[in-house]
Amino acid sequence: MESTPKKELSPIDVYKLLPKTNCKECGEENCMAFATKLVNREATLQQCPPILQDKYKEAFAKLWEMLKPPVKEIVIGSGERVAKIGGKLVMYRHEFTYFNPTAIAIDVTDEMLEDELLKRVRDVENFTYPYIGQNLKLDAIAIRSTSNDPERFKQTVKKVIENTKLPVILCSFNPNIIKSGLLVAAKNRPLIYAATKDNWKEMAELALMYDSPLAVFAPNDLKLLRSLAKTLLEFGVKDLALDPGTVPNEGLGETISNYTMLRRSACREEDELLGFPLIGVPLVVWSNSKEMPEISSWKEACLASMLISRYADLLIMHSFEGWILLPTVILRQNIYTDPRKPVAVQPGLKMFGAPDENSPLLFTSNFALTYYTVASDIESGGVTCHLLVVDTEGLSVESAVAGRKLTADKVAEAIKTTKVEEKVKHRNLIIPGRAARLSGEIEESSGWKVLVGPLDSSGIPKLIQDLKAQPPKA
Amino acid sequence: MEQESKKDEGRKLSFGPKLFELLAKFQEIELEDVDLQVDELELWIQPGAGVVAPAKVVTAPKAKPTKIVEVDFKPPVMEYLGKIAEVKIGATKSEGGTRGKTVTIGGERFPAYYLFEGLMPHLPVLSLDVFDTKIPLAKPVKMHVEDVLEDPAAWAKRSVEKFGAEVVNLHLVSIDPLLKNTSPKEASKTVENVLQAVDVPLAIGGCGDPHKDLEVFEKVAEVAQGERLLFNSVTLDMKIKRAAEAIKKYGHVVIAFTAMDLNKARELNRRLYEILPKEHIVIDTTTAALGYGLDYAFTVMERTRLAALMGDPELQHPMSSGTTNAWAAREAWLKMDPQWGPRELRGPIWETVTALTLLLAGVDYFMMMHPAAVKTVRDTVAELTSTSKADASKIADWVTMKI
Repeated sequence: MESTPKKELSPIDVYKLLPKTNCKECGEENCMAFATKLVNREATLQQCPPILQDKYKEAFAKLWEMLKPPVKEIVIGSGERVAKIGGKLVMYRHEFTYFNPTAIAIDVTDEMLEDELLKRVRDVENFTYPYIGQNLKLDAIAIRSTSNDPERFKQTVKKVIENTKLPVILCSFNPNIIKSGLLVAAKNRPLIYAATKDNWKEMAELALMYDSPLAVFAPNDLKLLRSLAKTLLEFGVKDLALDPGTVPNEGLGETISNYTMLRRSACREEDELLGFPLIGVPLVVWSNSKEMPEISSWKEACLASMLISRYADLLIMHSFEGWILLPTVILRQNIYTDPRKPVAVQPGLKMFGAPDENSPLLFTSNFALTYYTVASDIESGGVTCHLLVVDTEGLSVESAVAGRKLTADKVAEAIKTTKVEEKVKHRNLIIPGRAARLSGEIEESSGWKVLVGPLDSSGIPKLIQDLKAQPPKA
Repeated sequence: MEQESKKDEGRKLSFGPKLFELLAKFQEIELEDVDLQVDELELWIQPGAGVVAPAKVVTAPKAKPTKIVEVDFKPPVMEYLGKIAEVKIGATKSEGGTRGKTVTIGGERFPAYYLFEGLMPHLPVLSLDVFDTKIPLAKPVKMHVEDVLEDPAAWAKRSVEKFGAEVVNLHLVSIDPLLKNTSPKEASKTVENVLQAVDVPLAIGGCGDPHKDLEVFEKVAEVAQGERLLFNSVTLDMKIKRAAEAIKKYGHVVIAFTAMDLNKARELNRRLYEILPKEHIVIDTTTAALGYGLDYAFTVMERTRLAALMGDPELQHPMSSGTTNAWAAREAWLKMDPQWGPRELRGPIWETVTALTLLLAGVDYFMMMHPAAVKTVRDTVAELTSTSKADASKIADWVTMKI
């Protein structure tokens, strides 16, 4: 709905500015194909060697402006694992897609005991949850100076960077503290948190001296935030991240409204002063020390989830409970899934339980949602079976049948390529209820006997049980 | 109308137990080591190819500022052409029903919680699910209602009195021809019992069989004439005209349910408009659980609401969400390795995060299950719509906070 020229960029407009030599150096067949990739953000301008030549300088600058996301991408860290934040092209994910999933940083302090500190750092680095073929991870360590002692902060920063590859965020409003941290993290390009109305000049000098990105903190004051951004840009700091303040409880409405305004200003009005990644701090819920830790954790998860939906590019959190981090990293994965591409799983033959040559064979589509629903129904019903995942180009069974992406020939082909005929003795195929109309054709093209299964996969366990009681005739 | 204004007062009171009490039992739960079944599948997700590196922009060197360069901030407000229809659920005696309270949803003129543009006229309504027969429930949900699972009237009463349900969703699952095949007459009797047990409005759910649901809806609509029940739901595979006529004749309202497809939602609405006024229709574009398609559910709802506000006349309806679907996610109910915490906490936080995500997409009517999730969403709505100024001084020093 919000019309920004960025997302409506046409490949033709980009093509016009490319060298049009069709040299294939970028790996594409021609310049038009490369232009399409650029527009879809599947390629970067630097992959075109000719455009980097001096004679195309003007075209490069124009293309750069055209392709530049309204929210700048900022890189935290310098080693193997960096955190890229921002780089957003649109406000709503359905307008294009979101890049750079919200980075999640976990806090440590300079008053933690060494063992405790190192354990937490390791746990953060090792955190992983396998989810539909990806490993969901945490992204950074936020080191808070609670001691306000420069030497102590320096030692803590040193220990952290010696023990992790994760990028770090140096947190203090005292420039002397930040400086002592930067002394040991000079090569790590940490995010400096944060410049405020009181310390912005010293922080800006440090950011320039150490070539590090700088966070700007102006709690619940967007005019100040924008003024600080303007000031820092004029000062020469290019990489900023904005924190409008996360105020929980009765401040939640304004907080969510602030993040929404900032992102709309950047994406719709192309306000370059606000076109930077946004930082959210769910950790603030821990300010109520009288609260049960489970309740603070609970509130932190809620706040984190809302900030992920509402445009935070970096979150700083405290709770390390699995039941808090799990919904957080999964929501992040969901929101950052590319809505332009149907989500599909790898087609092929899957096994549930320990199936043998007599176990039943079912099939389903390779649409991830369908597949996981079916798999979950099979697992929760304790069913032992083979499941043939047919390539439906990521469509659900119903849509695939209607759109001719799921045909009898495709099923027959899947049976052949997976060599399931060698794995089972019988020749009975259970098909989804929503593919019932293909049953005759499937029998014809595959030679297998078809049994129409339930409309909803929740009926699979019962069907298999009934089949056990009354097996189909060979 | 008086009843409605009281409703908002009631919301500000904190009723029912505290969040911790609703979650309390988790500490007693024994944890077992169960390996999580990990799928080896790979997704065809191409990572975003990122953005190009900064170009060298040559600008004339400027003197560094010595004080803050003040600039203004103007809230980026937009104009919206559309308005969401208001749908009233339930009817008091003077309105031809027997309810002590009614609720109204919809009426929005701005996206959800864009406080800088304007507030919604009605807060979202939180309803709780009640089933007319014993069904398998996740343990963390079951423990709150274990003793009333076979008594829908008692279950409804508890949902209202203890857990603050503003509407009770009575799901007549036993009418399923493959289950008990309860007759329309018997099902209506259950509806009457629940109507007598509670004074909040009711939503009536079917079993998903379009033929049987229609038969039962027609009977219930007649028996509960004037109660302004919310029928859940009419679908494209139902005899839409017949269903809509019964709803209109006996003074009820309906949820138009479609499967994550804006065009289908529009099509169903067009067919309903032939019989029903807009103010009788709520839309449900399907809720998938966190981790199991919430991204689709979220985006379809967000698009629906934005399109409606931008002027699409066929989508200007309050939105309903079957948030209880969150429990379909295995992370909500499965015993997992202890590092992921007890399911007694994981389950309700799953439902809560699913609800909060859809809240921000603009959902007006939540059908929920776990009391702690209901309480959290209720508190969050109050916080999101609070007119008191945020006190930023509380967080100004978060960096040095001792935890």
